[in-house]
Amino acid sequence: MTTVAVLVETRSGEVTQPTFEALTLARSLGTPVAVWLGEAPEAPEVARLGLYGAAEVRVVAVGDEARLPAVAAAALGAATSDAEVMLMVSTFVNKEIATRLALATGAGVVVDAAGAELVDGRVETMQTVFAATWNVRTRIEADRAIVGIRPNTTQAIAGEAPGAATLVEVAADLRQARETVVVVEPVSAPEGVPLAEAPVVVSGGRGTGGDYTLVRELADVLGGAVGASRDATDEGWISHEHMVGQTGTTVTPALYVACGISGAVHHRGGMQASGTIVAVNIDPDAPIFEIADFGVVGDLGDVLPQAIARIRERRAG
Amino acid sequence: MRILVTVKFVPDLQSQRSFTEGAVTRTGDDGTMNELDENAVEAALQLKEAAGEGEVYALTVGGDDAVAAVRKALQLGVDHAIHVSDAAIAGSDVFGTAKVIAAAVRKVHDEAPLDLVVTGMAALDGLTSMLPTALAVELDWSQLTLASGLTVEDGAATIVRHLPDAHETVSAPLPAVVSVTDEANKPPYPNFKLIMAARSKPVTTWALADLGIDPAAVGAGAARTVVVDASPRPPRENRVTVTDTGDAGTQLADFLLEKGLA
Ligand SMILES: Cc1cc2nc3c(=O)[nH]c(=O)nc-3n(C[C@H](O)[C@H](O)[C@H](O)COP(=O)(O)OP(=O)(O)OC[C@H]3O[C@@H](n4cnc5c(N)ncnc54)[C@H](O)[C@@H]3O)c2cc1C
Ligand SMILES: Cc1cc2nc3c(=O)[nH]c(=O)nc-3n(C[C@H](O)[C@H](O)[C@H](O)COP(=O)(O)OP(=O)(O)OC[C@H]3O[C@@H](n4cnc5c(N)ncnc54)[C@H](O)[C@@H]3O)c2cc1C
Repeated sequence: MTTVAVLVETRSGEVTQPTFEALTLARSLGTPVAVWLGEAPEAPEVARLGLYGAAEVRVVAVGDEARLPAVAAAALGAATSDAEVMLMVSTFVNKEIATRLALATGAGVVVDAAGAELVDGRVETMQTVFAATWNVRTRIEADRAIVGIRPNTTQAIAGEAPGAATLVEVAADLRQARETVVVVEPVSAPEGVPLAEAPVVVSGGRGTGGDYTLVRELADVLGGAVGASRDATDEGWISHEHMVGQTGTTVTPALYVACGISGAVHHRGGMQASGTIVAVNIDPDAPIFEIADFGVVGDLGDVLPQAIARIRERRAG
Repeated sequence: MRILVTVKFVPDLQSQRSFTEGAVTRTGDDGTMNELDENAVEAALQLKEAAGEGEVYALTVGGDDAVAAVRKALQLGVDHAIHVSDAAIAGSDVFGTAKVIAAAVRKVHDEAPLDLVVTGMAALDGLTSMLPTALAVELDWSQLTLASGLTVEDGAATIVRHLPDAHETVSAPLPAVVSVTDEANKPPYPNFKLIMAARSKPVTTWALADLGIDPAAVGAGAARTVVVDASPRPPRENRVTVTDTGDAGTQLADFLLEKGLA
């Protein structure tokens, strides 16, 4: 059976939801093994990885130097020499690690995939491209395949007969990289689920005039994360980490609510594959309405408070 | 300071983008230089100006129409333009493209050493963001990617990298491949004098033979990935737009509640 390695992502020491999604997908492709870069994981995290199907958790002990793609790729390579397929969460950093690993192993790479399956012994991936206006199926012809999976595109489901994952320590020969990480300044993570993983995203643009109170309140009520357009982050109204779009975060939540956002193609490229799209905008000709399942031509200052109140009322009643 | 900037010819974002037989439809009419490569060109021009001397090259790999990308770079103020074009390149994956770009970079580097290659953070068609890393590995140069800030001093380049969990400062010896984000600078508006001056500047054209590349090592035949199916996504159905006459917020809430989204 095919060995499918999954690169584990963690936040504050805990395995992230997209990792479990990748493990779920890995089970449909072969035998999953999890690869953990960093200090050895705590027992509960190993158990959770086992629950989602990891037969082994391979640990490569690396420190901050693994922030460099060259070091991370070498560590990952050492732990996955037997894996025909490698899955990782599609992030900017992982795309770089995937590229280096592929150049070392001859693997073919697809990133930003929304799914993968084995067809005649080869991995085929599903992707949306051109601001989610086209579906593309790509076949990886090489003997080894690396696939970057977008968060929220596979539902994480625990294995039917989960076993205990065995912890395996892997020694890696990590040569000195050319690059040096001089400073690492941690970004304080916003409360709640990160943008890319959130099931609901409520975004505000220039139309908020800089006041995010209503956008945040609606996000809270819907259990979602707060997003923004580039104009809003450029204005300094909200930090860059919230930017949705082709050069920001790509999101595929079940529900995306765009408030006071015109729907420029750069923005649409980062959210058009969302399940249901709602737009609130005073301009009936705003391009965002072309892709909205439910559009409201109106002032967000009137529409959002009413919607929030109604949801609260219906829930209470 | 000698810098080479890579610029890609991509379909205009505002055009009807499509696939023909598994490849992106590219025509001169609605293609342009990748917008994010304007940041790369601007970063190179700023470094040259700060150094007080130097040369900036723009390089594109693509079919006949792709020359438009380097022409645009000339209008933005680069000194030299190179267009690598060869029927055998068609259908290349990231690794094939990187091989071709690396060979062209080495050819320029052999004439007189380059300090940097600067690229955009992503091409707005393929959007893999993999090429800069692949190029650094092919060249065996330092990799400094996703720079939102860049300085060059004493034979080393230092970048600031904004990642979701941390802001990193990373440093490496030259020569280096640097990819810059759209936060790195604000490309200026077109300058009429530069546009006029660009008209008389030549574009150097190279084929694979000029780069000593075996045609079988690149192109569709060598690609590790192949598009087996491409189809337009069906438009969203049953879309509703309401105009607020006092109760649209309530209607919106009811829509969400009915769909189980609230
Ligand atoms: C290379 C490049 C990359 C880019 N990448 C991104 C990206 O990743 N993400 C991104 O978002 N942008 C990106 N942009 C910018 C993008 O082109 C747009 O400029 C930006 O998305 C516009 O932001 P906006 O919709 O908030 O502002 P605007 O376009 O100004 O729209 C504001 C909207 O608010 C509406 N409005 C005003 N008041 C109200 C009110 N009271 N109630 C309701 N509606 C109201 C207006 O009718 C208008 O439609 C990029 C640009 C470039 C050149
Ligand atoms: C829709 C689509 C999906 C694709 N999917 C894959 C895939 O999954 N795997 C794969 O291996 N290949 C894939 N390709 C092929 C790949 O896009 C090309 O090989 C491409 O030249 C390099 O990747 P990119 O466009 O993603 O560039 P990116 O890595 O996103 O580009 C970064 C920078 O590299 C420079 N650059 C990139 N291409 C060129 C060029 N031709 N000439 C000059 N400078 C350039 C530019 O400065 C650009 O800003 C895909 C192409 C398309 C159009």
